[in-house]
Amino acid sequence: MEIAPKPGKDVPPKKDKLQTKKKKPRRYWEEEITPTAAGAFPGPPRNKRNPELFPQQPKNTHTLKKSRISKKPQFLNKSRERTNPKPQQSLSGAQDPFPGPAPVPVEVAQKFRRIDRSKKLPHSKSKTRSRLEVAEAEEEEISVKAARSELLLAEEPGFLEGEDGEDTAKISQADIVEAVDIASAAKHFDLNLWQFGPYRLNYSQTGRHLAFGGRRGHVAALDWVTKRLMCEINVMEAVRDIRFLHSEALLAVAQNRWLHIYDNQGIELHCIRRCDRVTRLEFLPFHFLLTTCSETGFLTYLDVSVGKIVAALNARAGRLDVMTQNPYNAVIHLGHSNGTVSLWSPAMKEPLAKILCHRGGVRAVAVDSTGMHMATSGLDHQLKIFDLRGAYQPLSARTLPQGAGHLAFSQWGLLAAGMGDVVNIWAGQGKGSPPSLEKPYLTHRLSGHVHGLQFCPFEDVLGVGHSGGITSMLVPGAAEPNFDGLENNPYRSRKQRQEWEVKALLEKVPAELICLDPRALAEVDVISLEQEKKERIERLGYDPESKAPFQPKPKKKGRSSTANLMKRKRKVMEEEHRDKVRQSLEQQSLKKKKVAKPVGTRPSALDRFVR
Amino acid sequence: MKVKMLSRNPDHYVRETKLDLQRVPRNYDPTLHPFEVPREYVRALNATKLERVFAKPFLASLDGHRDGVNCLAKHPKSLATVLSGACDGEVRIWNLTKRNCVRAIQAHEGFVRGICTRFCGSSFFTVGDDKTVKQWKMDGPGFGEEEEPLHTILGKTVYTGIDHHWKEAVFATCGQQVDIWDEQRTSPICSMTWGFDSICSVKFNPIETFLLGSCASDRNIVLYDMRQATPLKKVILDMRTNTLCWNPMEAFIFTAANEDYNLYTFDMRALDTPVMVHMDHVSAVLDVDYSPTGKEFVSASFDKSIRIFPVDKSRSREVYHTKRMQHVICVRWTSDSRYIMCGSDEMNIRLWKANASEKLGVLTSREKAAKDYNQKLKEKFQHHPHIKRISRHRHLPKSIYSQIQEQRIMKEARRRKEVNRLKHSKPGSVPIVSEKKKHIVAVVK
Repeated sequence: MEIAPKPGKDVPPKKDKLQTKKKKPRRYWEEEITPTAAGAFPGPPRNKRNPELFPQQPKNTHTLKKSRISKKPQFLNKSRERTNPKPQQSLSGAQDPFPGPAPVPVEVAQKFRRIDRSKKLPHSKSKTRSRLEVAEAEEEEISVKAARSELLLAEEPGFLEGEDGEDTAKISQADIVEAVDIASAAKHFDLNLWQFGPYRLNYSQTGRHLAFGGRRGHVAALDWVTKRLMCEINVMEAVRDIRFLHSEALLAVAQNRWLHIYDNQGIELHCIRRCDRVTRLEFLPFHFLLTTCSETGFLTYLDVSVGKIVAALNARAGRLDVMTQNPYNAVIHLGHSNGTVSLWSPAMKEPLAKILCHRGGVRAVAVDSTGMHMATSGLDHQLKIFDLRGAYQPLSARTLPQGAGHLAFSQWGLLAAGMGDVVNIWAGQGKGSPPSLEKPYLTHRLSGHVHGLQFCPFEDVLGVGHSGGITSMLVPGAAEPNFDGLENNPYRSRKQRQEWEVKALLEKVPAELICLDPRALAEVDVISLEQEKKERIERLGYDPESKAPFQPKPKKKGRSSTANLMKRKRKVMEEEHRDKVRQSLEQQSLKKKKVAKPVGTRPSALDRFVR
Repeated sequence: MKVKMLSRNPDHYVRETKLDLQRVPRNYDPTLHPFEVPREYVRALNATKLERVFAKPFLASLDGHRDGVNCLAKHPKSLATVLSGACDGEVRIWNLTKRNCVRAIQAHEGFVRGICTRFCGSSFFTVGDDKTVKQWKMDGPGFGEEEEPLHTILGKTVYTGIDHHWKEAVFATCGQQVDIWDEQRTSPICSMTWGFDSICSVKFNPIETFLLGSCASDRNIVLYDMRQATPLKKVILDMRTNTLCWNPMEAFIFTAANEDYNLYTFDMRALDTPVMVHMDHVSAVLDVDYSPTGKEFVSASFDKSIRIFPVDKSRSREVYHTKRMQHVICVRWTSDSRYIMCGSDEMNIRLWKANASEKLGVLTSREKAAKDYNQKLKEKFQHHPHIKRISRHRHLPKSIYSQIQEQRIMKEARRRKEVNRLKHSKPGSVPIVSEKKKHIVAVVK
């Protein structure tokens, strides 16, 4: 290590003083850039630094070192980072302007968390505990990495903002079409099909294809982006609902009598007579289940990969014509005429839950993509948003003049409601937040009564089927801008689709695994563990894991008399007994606290019987 | 009005020419990947099934011996070389890559009882029923030379086993006593006895190289320190121990193969309780050898099968058998920890994969990634009953299967009797003896 070189004469005394004060060890390559030469050529930014900033430096390094994940997005203090005291310097003198790993905002990393860190680790053996800690650390690292990869996302979501107090709901589709680029403007179109009216429609998983079926038997499927028609037929029977299966090549149509499956050329592949008088269709893409609900009151799950009916459940609630799926856990929500919404899984004969939502019958139900919120509308003209996470409580409600007949959630959490010939759209604070029902985000009046609504996945488009045909509406900010190429890729080639299909079939989730919490499979099965333990104790006649009774160790000669041993033994026993008593006392006091009455209630004569 | 619509340029998502790779943009947002756990579970299930489909462990059978193979030895420097001694006194050296016999020597009259290589790999030692210890060169004789041992030591009694020191020119033999020899001398440096019985195997500790373990017919395992003239301590078990093997990674751990169908892993410092009792064989265990990683060991049994046990589990993770394999007398885990060799009564040496479903040969990076991913998934969901059932299932020959059933019934009866005795006697008067302690008779120092 060399001693700091002595400053030359032409150096201002202030700087000299600072450098001698620091007494920083110098390396051989730094010798060239002695302060004598500092002014002569543009050295590394270190030398150009304003000396006034020096006092700030130690603080900065501290905040940087403290945590890898800072609380704020760090691009804010980019300018400060430049004044870092000890940037890593290379031989050439160039320095990294953004040293260290890329910063990750906490909220973004939170999105990828799988483990609830607020819960304490259970009391366990040290080996198990260390394994749990390793798993937690790994999970933390993974979530940070995943959050960091968000930087690479290419697209930004769309938006619509009114200028100084302008109501966005007043903005018409024509205005939007005029303002946006040609490619987006082409996404707004009307199909005037007043002959075979009212239409139901469905977008494929990738959002590339659109299928629609009219009440008078008109069924068509098209690539709606290029407007290339795939097939158009008339089934000569009333079409109740239409739905794409896992890919755009298969199409399920609920006709007046039976359920039919067509391919993308309009050839009838199957007629499923076990599903008759079907009113609504839903497709669970990860389970390959086509669920149908019928006028006869049955909810049927059809496995389309093997063609078997997995479950046919009798809802015992009369005619079923309101159905939706929860995309988060594949639970089917049925709306009934008595105002309840029931939640179904094929593994159970009874509903998983029943929620009383409205005073009249339920007209429409929709669940958002995060599975947190459910929107319902009823005959009482109410539109309600429920929290699906725990208590099934309504978060917000609103009375609509006509009441909504159709509801749909977009990927980004926008809620669309069809009321007569008007479509209203409400927006929330972003993905995962419930839409606020105070003011609509957009409204649009159609040429006929709304009969079907769906947001197009991965496009800012809302498809509306009505009695006058099909309307494709522009809704900026509705869709997820960045798709995942391995799940649903709108631009996939034929080969990619075939490969995806094979992979999807290989990892088809069994129908029995549908339950309210899709992560339940990863949790410890405490019940069967305890059962096993109980059986083992019964078999062996004793508990092999119980603590062995204390056996005093023999001590030095003379100190190990029998009386002494007994004394030590008793001491330990008494200590254990005291511990037990202390614990039970604590538990009792806790119980008492829990039972304690809520404040503000008046004392009752019956209180004396409370134990 | 400010408006921005989501508008993608297809050129950014579609490949330019057919020669390019397809573009696959990724977004790891959890809402785009729902059902993470159930899908992983299904993948784990598929991976487990595939593992069982691809479990084809048998690689080759080396034939050429004219009598049962009695002992095997690995070459310390060359992975492909294996030495074997047969019951007719013949020693053969094999090349595993070519799967042929390189050299055959008529070494002894009667059995070849033990064989071991020198740590440098230049020569090997054999002991036989003809009361001799012979040292042989690893390379064959030159043209016109006769096949002759480098040295021959004539002893007074029959030697039943031999092992070479891991670092020095010292070896140990066993018979009626444990002898420690210098390679240059014709008489032992020291000979140690404890009791009067024939000792069937002796093994040097690979880490603490001056330590030795031996097992004798009077049911005991004796530990020696080469630096002192007397044995260290011994543990007496219920039945005779056939061989023992030291853990190559943990100096004080060794595993003993016992006649009572079990294997016992001992901590040398506390011999009164074995660390683990490994049960699964249905007949006497004849040989045991550790994998070089020290995590697993393989055992050969009289029940015509070999089993692989994790060190910390009492049940085996794998069982290998064929229709033609008879009583397996010796077994070795190769030094690259990927293969297992076993020599059996019907004159063949068999080569197995240590990991039954492993793919041999070079893996592409994608294959490697898929393998690692599947391995992790299997690990994650290993306790789920459906997956556990599939991964544990092994087909067994009828003889072993029926033996297992029979022994289960016997064990159950014994247990029931014990429980009844416990139930109907004064509390505390019948001690509860754990499975580990049950088989230890005494520890003598």
